[in-house]
Amino acid sequence: MEALVALGIGTLTAAGIYLVLRRRTFPAILGIALLSYAVNVFLFASGRLMLNAPPVLIDKTGAGVYTDPLPQALVLTAIVISFGMTAVVVLLALGAYLSTRSDRMDMDNGPDAEEEAGQ
Amino acid sequence: MSHWIILPVVLPALMASVLVLALRHHLDLQRIFSIAGTVALAGLGVVLMAMAHDGTVSVYELGDWSAPFGIVLVLDRLSAMMLMLTAAIALVVVLYAVGSGWDARGQHFHALFQFQLMGISGAFLTGDLFNLFVFFEVLLIASYGLMIHGGGGRRLRAGVQYVIYNLLGSTLFLFALAILYAVTGTLNMADMAGRVGGITGGDTALLLVGAVLLLMVFAIKSALLPLHFWLPETYASAPAPVAALFAVMTKVGAYAVLRVDTLIFHSANDAMAALLSGLLLAAALATLAVGMIGILGATGLGRLAAFAVIGSMGTLFSAMAIFTQETAAATLYYMLHSTLAGALLFLVVDMVRERRAGGDAYRPAPAMAQGGLVTALYFGAAIAVAGMPPLSGFVGKLLILDAVRDAPLAWLIWTAILGGTLIAILGLAQGGSRIFWKLEAPADGAPPSGPAPAIALPAASAFVLLGAIVALTLFAGPVTSYLDNTAAQLYAPQTYISAVLGSDIEG
Repeated sequence: MEALVALGIGTLTAAGIYLVLRRRTFPAILGIALLSYAVNVFLFASGRLMLNAPPVLIDKTGAGVYTDPLPQALVLTAIVISFGMTAVVVLLALGAYLSTRSDRMDMDNGPDAEEEAGQ
Repeated sequence: MSHWIILPVVLPALMASVLVLALRHHLDLQRIFSIAGTVALAGLGVVLMAMAHDGTVSVYELGDWSAPFGIVLVLDRLSAMMLMLTAAIALVVVLYAVGSGWDARGQHFHALFQFQLMGISGAFLTGDLFNLFVFFEVLLIASYGLMIHGGGGRRLRAGVQYVIYNLLGSTLFLFALAILYAVTGTLNMADMAGRVGGITGGDTALLLVGAVLLLMVFAIKSALLPLHFWLPETYASAPAPVAALFAVMTKVGAYAVLRVDTLIFHSANDAMAALLSGLLLAAALATLAVGMIGILGATGLGRLAAFAVIGSMGTLFSAMAIFTQETAAATLYYMLHSTLAGALLFLVVDMVRERRAGGDAYRPAPAMAQGGLVTALYFGAAIAVAGMPPLSGFVGKLLILDAVRDAPLAWLIWTAILGGTLIAILGLAQGGSRIFWKLEAPADGAPPSGPAPAIALPAASAFVLLGAIVALTLFAGPVTSYLDNTAAQLYAPQTYISAVLGSDIEG
């Protein structure tokens, strides 16, 4: 199971990095999304992988089998934040596309561009 | 348990909600509330400085859950000082934004501004690594909104780059946190500090990977080479008052490095401390070189100011990377100075952009209105940024050079800082002479000088910053003795750890 999860995280991360390095905004946003999935699974695994165990201590001595609840809370926070951030970057990319009619990531540094930045 | 400690987070959060919900259509009321909120934050900064002055470390347990199970906010000399600095810069920036009318060029400037302050204050106060991540996200998401304030195609495209770069940084932060949690089983900084010493065997390598990844995240925030690519375009394209506030944001990264290293990793094991110090020093010297050369090679004042920020981060880190108590004190003095000087430079850039026909690009243009005053302010800002006497940049660089004297690579750091300063002086002189002296006659029929917006409040806020730099120079003695105490507290982390972990017994 560990190998499977590790492979999954690795594949997601590799695909995410590849997409982020593309020149247009849409693949880059998809890449960010894939990376955030990868990191969520990774966070989840940081509490050790455990099957069929509740995320609470059952007997007070701590002897029972349980899965670490903290990474679950962390993943929840991370999901909420990355969801919000994805929404922001989609809107921003749309705004940039609509006002410059181009969704390229790189900047063109002509003299006119400098002037526009100064306004 | 004193509730003062959480107020710097709660006050801007409430203020921002009021601004965005109740006052969204009333610009005058927004201005009054935003300025009042920032003044109150500065007042809180003074109170917290007084609380931390005698060296006590105060802990605030959220929800009364004792550490390491709950999240704690921790106030020590360093946090209090950084809060005070943030509030002071914020006050100047908000006055400038109101005076120059920047806040009226788009929606929700003041609400985003207050959210940004909330994020920065929280990042300085928190004692929990995951909470630090959350506050980083708060300050970043507010900064995305502020960065594209006023709109425009170029600003939006620079904004997309900025956001994607920082989202990658956030992902990296989560990877680092997951590794550190997997190895140490805690996210509370004080608790982690106690546990890293006991890690042996294969886990040492994992711990090292986590530490380096964490350092990389903070390096992105503080624009250290080779992770600085986001900064020049962002700072040059952002509205200049916002860029002035962002001068504090890079210092959040520097603060986080200083805090995490002195508290957690410094005492863990020697090999790790040496590795982190070496990596940081190499990055810092490269950053210093690129920043200073960028000042010389800039094609406009906006980019010049952005590279000046990079150069000052390089200078700062080349001292901090040695990680001794003396260099920490010198670093902190330079941190205070470079934040003030960077903010001042961006305000001057905005004054030029508002008045000069050719914007801030190095091209001949007709003389601008109120040119004498702006030129004088640029002169002051340039002296401060370059680190020439009589302003505090000189004192700061002197302290840094003195502090690194016993370091193994002192000759290299000295060469880099002194050479960098020379290049920066050349670049700043070139920028000033091409913007302010290289004039051309106005076109036929055009008015003899460019637009003349109101200058009273913008100039006053710029002069307040200049006055703060002068005060930092005049009172260098008392300031450095405070900073010596701060550094001593940083390098005696046992007080911090026992304050956080022992507080369940006292409270």
